[in-house]
Amino acid sequence: MNKEQQAVNADKMLFETPRKRAFITGSEAVAEAVKRANVDMAIAYPITPQSESMHLVGDLYAQGYLKDYYRAENEFAVMAAIHGASLGGGRVFTATSGPGTLRAMEMFPVWAGSRQPIVCAFMCRGIALPPSIQPENIEISFMLDTGMLIFHAENAQDYFDMILKGYAIAEQPDVHLPVGVFADGFFVTHTREVVMLPPENQKLNAYNPASAPIPAFDMESPPIRSTRDPLLNKSNFISYAANASWHQEVLAAAQRARKHIDHFLGGLIETENPEAEILIVASGTAVSQAREAIRSLRDEGIDAGLVKVKSIRPFPEKEIREATANASLIVVPEFNPGGWLAREVKASIDNNSRVIGGPRVFGGMSLPRELIVNEIKKALPATAVNS
Amino acid sequence: MSKKIITPVEEFRDLLPDEYKELVNDGPYNEAKTVDDLGSFKEITEAHPHCAGCGVALGIRLGLASLPKPQDTIVIGTPGCSFFALSQSALNYSCTAFGNQNSVASGLKRMLKLRFPQTHKDVVVMVGDGGVADIGLDYTLHSWFRGENITTVMLDNEVYGNTGGQESGMTVKGKVLNMAPTGKKFSKIPVFEMAKTSGCVYAVKVTVANARKLGTALRRAVLIAREVGPTYVQIYTPCPTNLKFPPNQTIAVAKDAEKTHYAYEEYITDEASAYLSGLGEVKEKS
Ligand SMILES: Cc1ncc(C[n+]2csc(CCOP(=O)(O)OP(=O)(O)O)c2C)c(N)n1
Ligand code: SF4
Repeated sequence: MNKEQQAVNADKMLFETPRKRAFITGSEAVAEAVKRANVDMAIAYPITPQSESMHLVGDLYAQGYLKDYYRAENEFAVMAAIHGASLGGGRVFTATSGPGTLRAMEMFPVWAGSRQPIVCAFMCRGIALPPSIQPENIEISFMLDTGMLIFHAENAQDYFDMILKGYAIAEQPDVHLPVGVFADGFFVTHTREVVMLPPENQKLNAYNPASAPIPAFDMESPPIRSTRDPLLNKSNFISYAANASWHQEVLAAAQRARKHIDHFLGGLIETENPEAEILIVASGTAVSQAREAIRSLRDEGIDAGLVKVKSIRPFPEKEIREATANASLIVVPEFNPGGWLAREVKASIDNNSRVIGGPRVFGGMSLPRELIVNEIKKALPATAVNS
Repeated sequence: MSKKIITPVEEFRDLLPDEYKELVNDGPYNEAKTVDDLGSFKEITEAHPHCAGCGVALGIRLGLASLPKPQDTIVIGTPGCSFFALSQSALNYSCTAFGNQNSVASGLKRMLKLRFPQTHKDVVVMVGDGGVADIGLDYTLHSWFRGENITTVMLDNEVYGNTGGQESGMTVKGKVLNMAPTGKKFSKIPVFEMAKTSGCVYAVKVTVANARKLGTALRRAVLIAREVGPTYVQIYTPCPTNLKFPPNQTIAVAKDAEKTHYAYEEYITDEASAYLSGLGEVKEKS
């Protein structure tokens, strides 16, 4: 059964407690985060590459770290039941991947609209025909306007931290929004790396439903709460206004999350050598590949910098605008065919012909550093002419 | 919850709407009320915007009046006409996506059991036939297979009322409706029979013409679901608007249905029966 865990506040666990090295997979890092998150209940449905992490969460339940856990009948059922459990005023966790994300799609805006601090891990994979279980993060583009906060992990360390910190951010009274913590499947979930972990005898303080801006669904406190009322099915100006202001409040809550993301994640972006004329803007595992590409370029005497985007929602428009102010070439490598990150970057900055959306790999292909290097070299003469 | 929680502080008492004051003073919270007491207490559902003569509205009214413990009851719904009355009741009510009601109820009930181990928080699903039998059928069945401690109530108007009169899986065979322009091709989905084989420990088929039986069924279903297992109440709630009969004929239409395909039926397992007779507080009035 559950080893004695001491409940501590997030700051103490995340910033003050000394950490120890562990050599683990990304899936194991997810379970290590859940072990310390004082989660009341988790619900699972298998899909590659998510399954292993939710097996491990099931093991945590068997060991007494969680109070309830079950396998539901499909992802829509999982996300609906997670919504129900969260309405009941407890801390919940689940995870899914690719097709599971899309099957459950209708529920994500419900989580956000219901202002629920649910943390869900997404292990991205291909979705479309031809069928693919390979790494690819196109599913993030479908999630962009669900109202959820979206963090994109570069590696297992990020994944561990972003899940635990996700709870701390999501549960702030002025935020209370769901957090999707995304990682590129297989690359992060199925590879082993060094992750620094706080001790397992610490767990976050229990969720306090009284910290929510709207009361839990337990008939314990007035007012009687009815979700989607009076917003639905009333055709009058007051209900239009109420509905619109509710949506605005969800968006505003995401903006209010910025200061907490700054505190817990150390900013929405991270930069390296941002003075360089050539900048690579990336998120997820593309960041690691970008670091390699920058090293190669440096060996050839070409100076390039990096902007790692950690928070996709809220999107760090201002931070990226400032970080790219002096760049003449901005390259956005991605693990998906649509190029959602390049679109976001282009929409955030001035003079966006500086942005090269690419290279893009998908269908399971890896992103060798040479691809990024070539993309930059191809673009170099043109930008030299421009400037 | 206790009535104290909704009792306003003295300073605000005058400012509150009359409906609220009546609810606090004369509501059924902490009182054992049944359909027989209707008219003698402030009901927990208010005037609703349903069509005149709506069977769904009547089914909800009778059902809510029969809850054994309304002060600790949470209702889960789904899009459909039932939303109109349920969202105006003085109960926590959630209507999220179409068809997911039994999943939401599963998660909610489990969390409430964790958070309030000493008290019964009753979770009751109340939704239309399309919501249960079509889009939500697998979620309904799986909540029964898993043995969730929830009550599922189908308000069966044999049509999609809210979207303008399309056939549903519960429509009778041959009926011409929108999206069934040449008549429905298959029989009513046997959800009542499925309940019996899918893990429900108590199931009743009843119509709104039989108020007492409906009330007793609902109260028993909620009590049994607390300890024994999932329960199901299927109520015939005819829709004058889409089935095209005069609104003052709803009860007559329901009575007729009792003679054709909606005869009262009750299924109860031995365990549920024993549990029920062990409950001293069950107020038998039917
Ligand atoms: C995913 C999805 N598909 C379709 C709808 C549209 N819709 C709303 S209510 C409804 C019909 C409800 O019928 P029923 O459950 O029988 O309830 P009734 O209105 O008859 O009481 C439909 C199809 C929806 N809200 N969501
Ligand atoms: S359409 Fe039918 S079910 Fe819906 S409110 Fe009108 S009468 Fe009731």
